[in-house]
Amino acid sequence: MKNKLISLEEAVARIPDGASLLIGGFMAVGGPNRLVDELIRQGKRDLTIIANDTARPNNGLGKLVVEKLVRRVVTSHIGLNPETQKQMIAGDIEVELVPQGTLAERIRAGGVGLGGVLTPTGVGTTVEEGKRKVEIDGVTYLLEMPIKADFALVAAKQADLYGNLTYALTARNFNPLMAMAGATVIAEAEDILPVGCIPPDAVMTPSVLVDHIVTSKPR
Amino acid sequence: MDEKTLIAKRVALELKDGDLVNLGIGLPTLVARYVPAGRHVFFQSENGIVGMSGPITGAENHDLTDAGGSPISALPGAASFDSALSFGLIRGGHLDVTVLGGLQVDREGRLANWMVPGKMVPGMGGAMDLVTGARRVIVAMQHSAKGEAKIVGRCGLPLTSVRRVDLVVTDLAVIEPTDAGLVLKETAPGVTVEQVIANTGCELIIAPDLRSMPIEG
Repeated sequence: MKNKLISLEEAVARIPDGASLLIGGFMAVGGPNRLVDELIRQGKRDLTIIANDTARPNNGLGKLVVEKLVRRVVTSHIGLNPETQKQMIAGDIEVELVPQGTLAERIRAGGVGLGGVLTPTGVGTTVEEGKRKVEIDGVTYLLEMPIKADFALVAAKQADLYGNLTYALTARNFNPLMAMAGATVIAEAEDILPVGCIPPDAVMTPSVLVDHIVTSKPR
Repeated sequence: MDEKTLIAKRVALELKDGDLVNLGIGLPTLVARYVPAGRHVFFQSENGIVGMSGPITGAENHDLTDAGGSPISALPGAASFDSALSFGLIRGGHLDVTVLGGLQVDREGRLANWMVPGKMVPGMGGAMDLVTGARRVIVAMQHSAKGEAKIVGRCGLPLTSVRRVDLVVTDLAVIEPTDAGLVLKETAPGVTVEQVIANTGCELIIAPDLRSMPIEG
């Protein structure tokens, strides 16, 4: 079996300009923040980012926006990153705002082979514009489309050398969903362990989903 | 007592023993401080935890934060999970109460709280799911802003949901949206019905059992 543990530089070098990236984290908590910094260092551009929020200008993936490396973002919240709002108003960045629960389910659908999600969230609001409505047992739902991406960049607490992952507390958030919806999955882990150290019941993302592992600790 | 404390204390009286409750960032967060003695309430943070509590100085954990990214703590018996499960709790009818801030509430009891076109476009975050899915929606907000009524005939701002909220608690009053319209149930200590009406942008129905908020000064 190939060695999944690679260097940060090597991992990010695999990502081309213009790629679509699912990026885990919630206000950069549980975000793959070293991978993000390396994207900036390597100057990857025209990126499409799918993430819960755009964090703050000086934090996590918020820095990608500040560095003007992002062409399009699909997210639920940009309120704490004025730079995203500024670039959106200037027309430099395309922003699709998605209710947070809908974003989670669209990513989940993308990862588990579903053709879409029916949700009551957004019915009667601006979110419903251009979407198909379906009535089931008298309740109106919006059909929301699945999301997949070229890469998923996730942050884990632990990874074993096969790529089994665990997450800690609220740092889990979107990571396990995204690890299923990226064509290539790169996991940044705090602790990298020998195979067998994570008991089967503790694994939150099975290794078969993970292509590459990098360490979140600076050398 | 300042206005925010008054609102938070009044909202807290709505929470029942055993409730699962989500508090929005800002004013609603204060509600946790005033849960009446003897009631055990589970607080959810939508980034993935049930059983959160305030931060413990010196014991902050970078993997344990609220939806605003601020440190919290996890009480014994807490559970953490991913975003799909977290919103499954919210959308699936498992969340007893959500307390959110508001920009406008209209005569139909519909809430607008996520954007001001051309001025402020933060995004809806979890608000649309919370208002759509929670069993009970409580809006906690100032009655008016810069002299303008926030309780209006029809929301001029984009709606968060078409679902009717269950209760609106402000610094002046407690108002319950009903089929017949907005019912004024309580006035804040020292506030008259006339003052509430003067600061409200649409008709109010005065409850026959109108009372003063049961909050000690």
